[in-house]
Amino acid sequence: MKRYVISVLVDNHSGVLSRVAGLFSRRGYNIDSISVGETQDPTVSRMTIVAHVDDAILEQIIKQLDKLVDVLKVAVLPAETSVYRELVLIKVKAEDHTRATVSDIIKVFRAKIVDIAPKSMTVEITGDQPKIKALIDLLEPHGILEVVRAGLIGLHRGDQNILTQEDV
Amino acid sequence: MQLTGAEILIECLLEQQVDTIFGYPGGAVLNIYDALAKYSDRITHYLPSHEQGAAHAADGYARSTGKVGVCVATSGPGACNLVTGIATAYMDSVPLIAITGNVPLSLLGKDSFQEVDIFGITMPITKHNFMVKNVEELAATVRKAFFIAQDGRPGPVLIDIPKDVTAQKAEYVRETPKPIGRHTKNITPEAIENAIRMLKKSERPLVYVGGGAVQADAGAELQEFVRIINAPVVSSLMGLGAYPGTDPYFCGLIGMHGTKTSNLSASKCDLLIAVGARFSDRVVSNPKRFAPNASILHIDIDPAEINKNIKTHGYIIGDVKIALQKLLEAMADEEFRDTSEWLQQVNEWRETYPLTYNGGGLQPQYIVERIYALTDGEALITTEVGQNQIWSAQYYKFSKPRTFISSGGLGTMGFGLGAAIGTQIGNPDKRVINIAGDGSFRMNCNELATAVEYELPIIIVILNNRALGMVKQWQDLFYDRRFSQSIVDRQTDFVKLAEAYGAVGFNLTRKEDVDEVLTQALAARQPVVINCEINPDEKVFPIIPPGGAIDDPIMGVNQ
Ligand SMILES: Cc1ncc(C[n+]2csc(CCOP(=O)(O)OP(=O)(O)O)c2C)c(N)n1
Repeated sequence: MKRYVISVLVDNHSGVLSRVAGLFSRRGYNIDSISVGETQDPTVSRMTIVAHVDDAILEQIIKQLDKLVDVLKVAVLPAETSVYRELVLIKVKAEDHTRATVSDIIKVFRAKIVDIAPKSMTVEITGDQPKIKALIDLLEPHGILEVVRAGLIGLHRGDQNILTQEDV
Repeated sequence: MQLTGAEILIECLLEQQVDTIFGYPGGAVLNIYDALAKYSDRITHYLPSHEQGAAHAADGYARSTGKVGVCVATSGPGACNLVTGIATAYMDSVPLIAITGNVPLSLLGKDSFQEVDIFGITMPITKHNFMVKNVEELAATVRKAFFIAQDGRPGPVLIDIPKDVTAQKAEYVRETPKPIGRHTKNITPEAIENAIRMLKKSERPLVYVGGGAVQADAGAELQEFVRIINAPVVSSLMGLGAYPGTDPYFCGLIGMHGTKTSNLSASKCDLLIAVGARFSDRVVSNPKRFAPNASILHIDIDPAEINKNIKTHGYIIGDVKIALQKLLEAMADEEFRDTSEWLQQVNEWRETYPLTYNGGGLQPQYIVERIYALTDGEALITTEVGQNQIWSAQYYKFSKPRTFISSGGLGTMGFGLGAAIGTQIGNPDKRVINIAGDGSFRMNCNELATAVEYELPIIIVILNNRALGMVKQWQDLFYDRRFSQSIVDRQTDFVKLAEAYGAVGFNLTRKEDVDEVLTQALAARQPVVINCEINPDEKVFPIIPPGGAIDDPIMGVNQ
């Protein structure tokens, strides 16, 4: 089992998200995250799906996605030649005596404080998942109140793009 | 020209050469039915007793003719009643268009009267589905739906249309349908070369045929291929008819109720060539013990079938007929190994393990054999599900594609009668016989009214064992004879029932009367029900016990 980041271009139709999500649940493929948004072309959306699966299941995921009429292109973004990013908001306990320590941790991670309240602060961090995990681990002892994740997204590095990548 | 949405819909059906549809009216499709009346000189609409009957009829029409089947239902309950029929078509890759009305746009999403999210409900059981919210998009959507239903691996497509969209007007310009090409772009020289390499190495090849070979009409190519490599042939339930059942190379069904010869061949072959087949669990049983000595060469139109259920060693992705043609071209200059020892071995198995039945009384297998004889093997056979289905598959030697119409993937009891209606309508000159169980027949026997109304000379042969036979058989063999809810000795008089609907009824209780009753039924030229009081303990053999290897079947009661 390995983590794969799968990028899917889809027609921007109503129902396409439930079609893709339905495919995964119906066929029993577990996904870690799924994120969707419009691309430079407003008629096309791009989904990024992260799944921990073995090679045989990955092959099925790609082929089954490819069969959906709304799917225009499926690509696996290889870790070595892609950039992965995720945006996460974390609300962490921070009172007078701990605020400075928490702020220091956040600074080291180049994360941003986007809101401060008397008993907490909200942190925004962007990065690949190991970095985010490291921050969460360090904030944990201070008391994490809420976490919300945008889901991983990614692009090929360099001039390559999803459409130039050969079909699998 | 400015037309209403309903008229545009029908014009688009006409573009596709549709002249037959099956449907049931209701509030949300009133505009469509109003327009249908106007077009009744060009489209014949058949009204069943129940929307499920419409879906199965459209399915039977499609399976037996190779054309697209079309069914229509109103919103809410009408649409829901199509669901089993759509799923049945989906599992067997049948090109079907289901058109449903829905509540007007302004009422969508408000739990309005007879509103149901049929678009959401049918997402996992259609190849694709649409909701048309703008009349300007209707024609393009219908055209796309027909293309999708037929292109590549066929399947059902649903179009949901809110009522006001069928009333609004838009400009309509007639178009000729986009041609449906056979898929060939992935039939690469490398794939063919690899296939040839595998074929040349093999001393014990076996050809396993599935429904894709029927769809692609690959019978002639298959026969030529088989004769060059000298391989025995086995078939899935869906493949029956693709390869002649009377051919000396043919070994019969493979899998759960396959012949012991077919299943032993699968276990001992060194190369299994799957042609338009998908290694369903009913064929494979236990994947770890399936074809343990074989390399697998898989020829299929759907890339997702490759490596899905069984790991393959070579494949050709594309239209099965063209793939075989390309393969045959490449095979012309090649020599293949002598397989005579293998064929001899297979023939020995065939002699040692023939399909047999020896129970007493009126034997269902005998009835099927006589149906075969008295129709010269030329009938179109629809079946229900259960023992009746498997006996039909085993004892009627299907020799042409599209002659065995049966719900394989979903196993839908109640399919056969509706399917027979659509099959007869699509093939007015052929004899159509629905081989049924009493349980399955009881599910949708309301469609007898339809057969009578449209004067369809369908013969329904009920193999009446006063039980849900296949369930009872499993309980008998694997549940210590605890017959929980499977003995249904209801007091239905099927002859009177037939007569009440306006059909002809016969009771058949003795083996010696089989020919006479069948002959009378065939001569009647109107819907006939034959209630056959078969031996209630008769079972389907061989049968692979759950989880077993396919070459280790239970062959009969005395084993
Ligand atoms: C709609 C539906 N419900 C339940 C089943 C499960 N099932 C499979 S075979 C069978 C018994 C069928 O009985 P009958 O039609 O009398 O046929 P027989 O096996 O006796 O020939 C049942 C209940 C099914 N296949 N389809």
